[in-house]
Amino acid sequence: MMKTRILFGLQLVFTLLVAAFLIVPALLSMVAGVTVNYFRGIRSGVTLDWIGQVWTLYADTIGRSFEVALATLLVTLLIGIPAAYALHRRGGRFSRVVEEIITLPIAIPGLATALALILTYGGFGDFRRSWLFILAGHVIFTLPFMVRAVMAVFATIDVKTLDESAASLGASPWRRFRDVIVPNAKPGVLAGALMVVTLSLGEFNLTWMLHTPLTKTLPVGLADSYASMRLEIASAYTLIFFVMIIPLLVAMQMIGDSTRLMTGRKS
Amino acid sequence: MSGATFLRLSLVPLAVIVLAFFVLPMSQLIIAGANGPLGLKAYAAILLEPRYRETLVNTVLLSLAVTLATLVISTIAGLFVQRNRFPGRAVLIAMLTFPLAFPGVVVGFMIILLAGRQGLIGEVTQNLAGGKVVFAYSIGGLFLGYLYFSIPRVILTVMAAVEKLDPRLEEAARSLGAGPWAVQRDVILPALTPAFIASSAISFATAMGAFGTAFTLATNIDVLAMLIYTEFTLGANIAMAAALSVGLGVVAWAILALARSFAGAAVAAAG
Repeated sequence: MMKTRILFGLQLVFTLLVAAFLIVPALLSMVAGVTVNYFRGIRSGVTLDWIGQVWTLYADTIGRSFEVALATLLVTLLIGIPAAYALHRRGGRFSRVVEEIITLPIAIPGLATALALILTYGGFGDFRRSWLFILAGHVIFTLPFMVRAVMAVFATIDVKTLDESAASLGASPWRRFRDVIVPNAKPGVLAGALMVVTLSLGEFNLTWMLHTPLTKTLPVGLADSYASMRLEIASAYTLIFFVMIIPLLVAMQMIGDSTRLMTGRKS
Repeated sequence: MSGATFLRLSLVPLAVIVLAFFVLPMSQLIIAGANGPLGLKAYAAILLEPRYRETLVNTVLLSLAVTLATLVISTIAGLFVQRNRFPGRAVLIAMLTFPLAFPGVVVGFMIILLAGRQGLIGEVTQNLAGGKVVFAYSIGGLFLGYLYFSIPRVILTVMAAVEKLDPRLEEAARSLGAGPWAVQRDVILPALTPAFIASSAISFATAMGAFGTAFTLATNIDVLAMLIYTEFTLGANIAMAAALSVGLGVVAWAILALARSFAGAAVAAAG
């Protein structure tokens, strides 16, 4: 009994230390973002000046990141849901190969994907200079998450029977897709959408290579502020990023729990 | 329109986008790697040229160290939070998984706040020992950064695997007289092996290719991602940058694919 107590205590302390390693710097940055002078500490006073300065310096990057994320979401929805349906219905080797190919951009470092895009489309000046170039990169990177999330839902419900009974009642393929498949795919679509938006908002590896001075996104601006601004401004900027990303994380966790309840995953 | 036609049409948008913005560019990249002054030998130069080989070895060693450390830390913490019920457990899990959505750049900044010039570690060591310890801008900082990046992912994988363990196996082992260590060593850890393989692949592949953290900490850290970046931007050595990217891409993909064939679908899902 005594021995298990000690073991429990040791593990608890260890886990708390790990949590501290992860959380303390995030807290430090949140505090630094609203501290008058980080070097002198919080005693120097609390201020929103740094947030204001970030806004004047980087507001465009924040707006652009939302634009890119929403556009990425739209494209991945339009491409991803029909593709997930077709891949699930067809199955077999063909589907596995397609799935493998579209998943490659997760495995391959973003730097490589970005270089490839630049080599191929760098000569198309207007496209290269516009935010659509970044959109292309983000779509390629996030698409597998959407497709997989939707396919995961199809795997838990009997899509084939649903689809075939709708067909036997005379519904056209398009109506079946719209009225039977999409509504049933909803939990996966939602999970995929949250993932796509979160990843797009935070994407740096591709975006750093694909951006131009006129198409900076939030993470690109962050890197810029880490390199050239005082710690307080960099922290305030990071704080804004946290505020944007935390609701998405919480939502993801909530659906994670609810889909688990729904599908009754064995534990 | 028949059902089969509809299914085929459903794949067209995906095919167009993936071919135009991934398959075609990737083939261009592979060709570009062989189109420099070195020709196809550019690919061999990754291993033969001492400067590139050294960076490759550095990156592999760093990634191995990160993988090992992440595995040990996350297994202890993941097993603990999944196996015990205590007040504040949900908060602790939230804290352990909170950094999941941090991009590499932000992770780099976290390390600067810990071990940078104005960092916490520096301040504490200054007050305690009189000497300021600053290591964020070196390979040590990068190690810490990749650790920060990998721990939440691996903890989640371990927790999911522990949840699926059959408690009856442990009971059986215990009723047969196995002590707590023997149960850990002979029942729990072997059952977690697939999760370990999956987790190792994830941390190793991300550490090999991660760019944002290294970029934030310092541009002169000698790892593969930074080498590619400097070859491309500063050296304008596009062929070598392409060859190195292809090499890196193949390695990262192969490791994840290998792990997946051992451990099932878990790897790619968390990728």
